Amino acid sequence: MAKRPAVGLRRQGGVANVIMIVVALVFMVLFLLLPLVTVFAQAFASGLSGYIASITDPNTLSAIWLTLIVAAVALVVNVVFGLAGSWALARFRFPGRLAILTVLDLPFSVSPVVAGLMLVLLYGRQGWLGPWLEAHNLKIIFALPGMIIATIFVTLPFVARELIPLMEEQGADEEEAAILLGASGWQMFWRITIPKLRWGLLYGVLLSNARAMGEFGAVSVVSGNILGLTDTMSLDVKALYDGYNIVGSFAVASLLASLALVTLVAKTVLERQFLTRSTKEEVSA
Amino acid sequence: MTKTTGLSRRNLLLTGAAAGLGAGLQALPRTAEAAQTIKLLNVSYDPTREFYADYDARFAAAWKAKTGDDVAVSVSNGGSGAQARAVISGLEADVVTLALGYDIDAIAKSGLLAADWAKRLPNGGTPYTSTIVFLTRKGNPKGLKDWPDLLKPGVQIVAANPKTSGGARWSFLAAYGWALKQFGGSTQKANDFIRAYYKQVPVLDAGSRGATLTFTNRGIGDVLISWEDEAHMAVAKGGAYSIVYPGTSILAEPPVAVVDANVDKHKTRAVAEAYLQNLYTPASQDLAAQYFYRPRDPQVLAKYAATFPKLDLFTIETFGGWQAAQKQFFANGGVFDQIYGG
Amino acid sequence: MSLADSRPAPASSLWGRLRGQRSILPGLGLSLGITLFVLSLIVFLPTAAMVGDAATLGVGGLVHLLATPRVLGAFKVSLGCAALAALTSAIFGLLIAWVLVRTRFPGRRLADAMVDLPFALPTSVAGIALSTLYAPNGWLGSLVAPYGIRISFTVIGVYIALTFVGLPFVVRSVQPVLQDMEAEQEEAAHMLGAGRLQIFSRVIFPAILPSLTAGFAMAFARGLGEYGSVIFISSNRPGVSEIVPLLIVNQLEQFDFAGAAAIGTLMLILSLALLCGIMLLQRLVRSGRHG
Repeated sequence: MAKRPAVGLRRQGGVANVIMIVVALVFMVLFLLLPLVTVFAQAFASGLSGYIASITDPNTLSAIWLTLIVAAVALVVNVVFGLAGSWALARFRFPGRLAILTVLDLPFSVSPVVAGLMLVLLYGRQGWLGPWLEAHNLKIIFALPGMIIATIFVTLPFVARELIPLMEEQGADEEEAAILLGASGWQMFWRITIPKLRWGLLYGVLLSNARAMGEFGAVSVVSGNILGLTDTMSLDVKALYDGYNIVGSFAVASLLASLALVTLVAKTVLERQFLTRSTKEEVSA
Repeated sequence: MTKTTGLSRRNLLLTGAAAGLGAGLQALPRTAEAAQTIKLLNVSYDPTREFYADYDARFAAAWKAKTGDDVAVSVSNGGSGAQARAVISGLEADVVTLALGYDIDAIAKSGLLAADWAKRLPNGGTPYTSTIVFLTRKGNPKGLKDWPDLLKPGVQIVAANPKTSGGARWSFLAAYGWALKQFGGSTQKANDFIRAYYKQVPVLDAGSRGATLTFTNRGIGDVLISWEDEAHMAVAKGGAYSIVYPGTSILAEPPVAVVDANVDKHKTRAVAEAYLQNLYTPASQDLAAQYFYRPRDPQVLAKYAATFPKLDLFTIETFGGWQAAQKQFFANGGVFDQIYGG
Repeated sequence: MSLADSRPAPASSLWGRLRGQRSILPGLGLSLGITLFVLSLIVFLPTAAMVGDAATLGVGGLVHLLATPRVLGAFKVSLGCAALAALTSAIFGLLIAWVLVRTRFPGRRLADAMVDLPFALPTSVAGIALSTLYAPNGWLGSLVAPYGIRISFTVIGVYIALTFVGLPFVVRSVQPVLQDMEAEQEEAAHMLGAGRLQIFSRVIFPAILPSLTAGFAMAFARGLGEYGSVIFISSNRPGVSEIVPLLIVNQLEQFDFAGAAAIGTLMLILSLALLCGIMLLQRLVRSGRHG
């Protein structure tokens, strides 16, 4: 919670404050609220029945299904990786630790298109692993595994980035005590580490899930865009639009926008209830 | 007959489950030889989605009647170059139906199909043709009748990017070919014309369909230069537009081919070949005409003479074939790059 | 690791680090193993493949490719738009953070939650929404169209999309610092007769500058790589509004894998440089807040 407003700037500026509030809000309405309203307005442009027809189209349903699968697998990997990574990086000091920490952030700053490109160059038919994959009849690119890998790439840091500062802040005292008292590693992990981390974990999962379900750039490079088979919801927005189905496109977009709104609400609730200020600053990283 | 192309819902589920259990990076398991359902993947370019959606259903019915097997055709649509790139990188298309021969040549070069693919089907593997026309706002308020009119001051042209869109390459060449003829074969003057032309293009969409939607839904520009079929489709979708035929244009020949390596792998050669050969039957030619592709069959063409006015058409051979045209105009450092480079 | 040979020192304590001693905590092998395995498959190997492919061009080929007008033009557009958008995000982000922390108004919490919308909204949805909104026949585009101003399908559209995606980075970077700021200094300055602007420029601004810069850098990095929202709203003209990620896709679509890899590698180097800068700035912010 913010400290109590004090005198000085905080109390004086009646008119100035009002002007600033108005400018800030106008900006937010123009840049944040109106795009959101546009999505829903366009989605319902031909009424509720048109909307329902759009989202129950078989291709759209399969896009929703595919998106859920991709996000679910990415989530499992992210949680396992996030727990393992934060345990190793927050609880131990070893050579190369800083390098791993830096690489960990790379997916946040690298362009999603570059991420997709990398995967094509590695796992594609003419890529480094292409001949080997083909010889073993394994399909990665332009199939589900490629889309999952691309999604994992762009969401990889979320959980770990949430947990590392949390673990560092909490310290290792309780875990060390448990070990000294004879607990096994897994006992310590399940009884002490996980309960202490659960809200941070939930928070990281929430953010990574929002990104996973909406990823476009990286997935577009590795998806074959096969209608009804390798189109995720985010890709389907474009595919439907290109098929002259504007209402359908915005209907799918509205589902994704609703997901974003749910994420925001959940995030606000989580932040208010369980997160300390110092972890909040990491959120935006 | 086994299925291998594409992924079924069940595959997705299985893979999802398997991956979720920690085997996440495994490839798709090939499901049990799903009885008599044959899966075929057609990787196509941008504007064909409506035509092939219809054609696939009819072909499946015909194939079922003939052999008793079900065929489930999946289609992937996108910019022609992007689609060819995907096939080269491992998108396992059984057949490709692209915008221009250069893109299929590129797939052939990567070893997936024989270099002489164009000789295997009639008409060089191009079952239907099209041309490049103007789509203007209703009633053609700016009075755009032929290529030079496009350079009138204030005219905004909407076109796709020839680097990524097959249709845009045809439209670039249509404009360039007119200029070449007009200026007695002077490349210098033709280059000047095409430079002035692209100066009036405010948006370069990645694909033909994107360009169409920019013109129709976003209300940008005075004229869309695009496929004849795309222009007719925009009108058919209920827009207030007029189609204008320039005096001269290019004969656009979108080719089709079976991807040898993939059909052999999937054991789908018979059905893939039938799928393409069937495009030449009178019924399919009629269907193509209904979706505004110019049929090769002269009788069907005659039937739709009102839809497809005769005009003076030159071919890609004017530029020495696709390989030469690609090198001269669209390769890195070619004429198109020079327009934007300096 | 057995208990016998380790000492009960906290893993991250100065003592433990100086002595180079091993922690008594278990699981380093397993957790580091998983971390490195996943990073290898998802990040290291693909990165190596791209850099390796770029290297096949050789130094001469790389320089030649990157010096072509089209590539230079795309970098100019991307860097320019991302910088301008990040600057806009910095200005309005600071204002929004200020208003959220220092003022009270109805709907403040709602506004606070809304700031994160660009994080949560998929980029393709943002792209299609923004381009519809700012198209000449859209709600906002139609307002400016009569004056001959076009937003969607121009470079202004790119700028708007990048501002959209960059905004939350600045707000969320500055907000906690503003919240933590002690009132004493401001009050002291006020007592000493400093004006409002003086207090802001002499006391507050220097204190939030590192976090503001970090937010700017994050917004800039994000803007540089943004693809999904931009392709819907840009006119994609080489040298005018074609961004680098789109150029990479275009290279791919012309079957120039090595060229795409080369441009991608350059982007990667830029990202890494920005990342290091951001980490340094964040360290500065943290030491400023806690130290």
